[in-house]
Amino acid sequence: MEKTQNNRAWFLVLPVLVIVAFSAVIPLMTVVNYSVNDTFGENEFFWNGLGWFEEMITSDRMHDALGRQVLFSAIILAIEVPLGIFIALNMPKKGFWASFGLVLMALPLLIPFNVVGTIWQIFGRVDIGLLGHALAAIGIDYNYTNDPLDAWITIIVMDVWHWTSLVALLCYAGLQSIPQAYYQAARIDQASRWSVFRFIELPKMAGVLLIAVLLRFMDSFMIYTEPFVVTGGGPGNSTTFLSIDLVKMAVGQFDLGPAAAFSIMYFLVILLVSWAFYTVMTALEKVETK
Amino acid sequence: MAQITLSKLAHSYAANPNAESDYALKEMDHVWQDGGAYALLGSSGCGKTTLLNIISGLVRPSHGRVLFGDLDVTDQETAARNIAQVFQFPVVYDTMTVRENLSFPLRNRGMDAAYIAGRVNQIAQMIGMEDILNRKARGLTADAKQKISLGRGMVREDVNAILFDEPLTVIDPHMKWELRTQLKQLHRQFGHTMIYVTHDQTEALTFADKVVVMYDGRVVQMGTPEELFETPAHTFVGYFIGSPGMNLLDATVSGTIAHLQGAEIALGAGYGPLKGRTQIGIRPEYCSLTDGAGLPITIRRVEDVGRHRIVRADLFGQPFNIIAAEGAGISPEMTRVAFAPGKISVYADDWRVAGGAV
Repeated sequence: MEKTQNNRAWFLVLPVLVIVAFSAVIPLMTVVNYSVNDTFGENEFFWNGLGWFEEMITSDRMHDALGRQVLFSAIILAIEVPLGIFIALNMPKKGFWASFGLVLMALPLLIPFNVVGTIWQIFGRVDIGLLGHALAAIGIDYNYTNDPLDAWITIIVMDVWHWTSLVALLCYAGLQSIPQAYYQAARIDQASRWSVFRFIELPKMAGVLLIAVLLRFMDSFMIYTEPFVVTGGGPGNSTTFLSIDLVKMAVGQFDLGPAAAFSIMYFLVILLVSWAFYTVMTALEKVETK
Repeated sequence: MAQITLSKLAHSYAANPNAESDYALKEMDHVWQDGGAYALLGSSGCGKTTLLNIISGLVRPSHGRVLFGDLDVTDQETAARNIAQVFQFPVVYDTMTVRENLSFPLRNRGMDAAYIAGRVNQIAQMIGMEDILNRKARGLTADAKQKISLGRGMVREDVNAILFDEPLTVIDPHMKWELRTQLKQLHRQFGHTMIYVTHDQTEALTFADKVVVMYDGRVVQMGTPEELFETPAHTFVGYFIGSPGMNLLDATVSGTIAHLQGAEIALGAGYGPLKGRTQIGIRPEYCSLTDGAGLPITIRRVEDVGRHRIVRADLFGQPFNIIAAEGAGISPEMTRVAFAPGKISVYADDWRVAGGAV
């Protein structure tokens, strides 16, 4: 029997389309609009083509922010991924302490970003902060408001404290799914601890680990709130990452054209990296189920 | 290679076992001969795997000792015991090739490369995987993965014993037969002690020289297939071995006669006074339908299974099976059953009682 076609059903999707248009598409188009126009005020715009894009792509300011951003993401990935794996391997596997460990690990993830920033902002202060004051008391010259290196260390330690749990919990879930027989077989085969990790645990964790790396990369690449609260991008521009720079440009200096071009490129970079991750992940899954 | 002795061995997973039911394995003393092919047979949850893991050292027994030859290995790690074990479900190292999987136990023991290469080829030939030695193990079927597990279990020549924990569960039926034959052949060739856990009696009886039947944490009988068939030491053995299992009937025994609801059955041996629940057991193979002598039965149905027919019947309200040979005629007049003399076993509280002279 032939089905009757009734295209009026599409009207049911209309409310969603309207909401998405207002929440995402129209604001995005506004940004696109700003990025190709220039204005001298009075709400009068004139066509600027790809001018802002050219300016941004060749600007040292954006290059520096991008460089800092990539460095930051690389450092926290290099610390959080191995550390998360290490913690997951050493977490208790059953009984009371397993639940205790899980709750303890989940706690930092539950704290709002700006609160995390505030905690570390105060914690690190030399005058009243426990960490800053203690370091000063034992004679270490630490001041994140003056010294770029101290500022970087503070922000990295904060991010590690905040987000290593995510990697650890994901890896823990991966480890829990390995049947006991694998460990028993490894003992029979006289495998070393390293071999057990390399040939049993790591391959079984690979899937979740990839997700963890993707999430941590995305989040760290877009980081804004915490460094903004702690250092405000300083001292100087030393901790001005892409998001912070973007907000400065758009809201601080009101350079809407360059900021719009900037945010579109920023968006494209994240899209590109996510796509690459997605492709790699699905390719791996295909190999797995082959 | 060594003889394996279990001395006063018992195991409980509970920290402070009090009652006997706390023990997964009840106290046992057994000697497993060097070079024997043993099958460990029993239903699920009877402690077979626990016993196997104790022998391989994956589980430390809570009571008693394990000896290899004269050496007490109770506290030794699995690696030090030099034992191979194959598990119920395939365990392969996904990221390694088939070749690397097979050579892994040898490489971990620092064997020489030329020896490893030769040995791996030999094993690959045996399990029929020479063509795919260089493939990653990840993408293979469950069948193939289990063959790799088997191969890894057999690749070391100097092991004290090879333990198999229901290794053919995931294998196709026709492969099962072939692999079992190969294991048997391997056993003849190298003379390793092999212990093979299964709940399938056919597998146990075809593989092993000696079958160890476990029930509820106990080894109830250790014997040749023939012994298990002819003189089951426990009602569980009678019931578990054979298809269908032994007929067990509640009866009272006095001297050489069993009384069964007023009927009398000659036992062919004499018995003293028995304690507890007394039963007599007879294999369906040793019963025959008659139209004259014997006890009256009600036939429910007759199943033709090819080589013979199984007569399902009731004897004094208890289910009773008879195996009738292929050629034997069955007619409506045959409503009685006769027992072959000397084939009746007597059980007191489930354990066999040896009969004396008449």
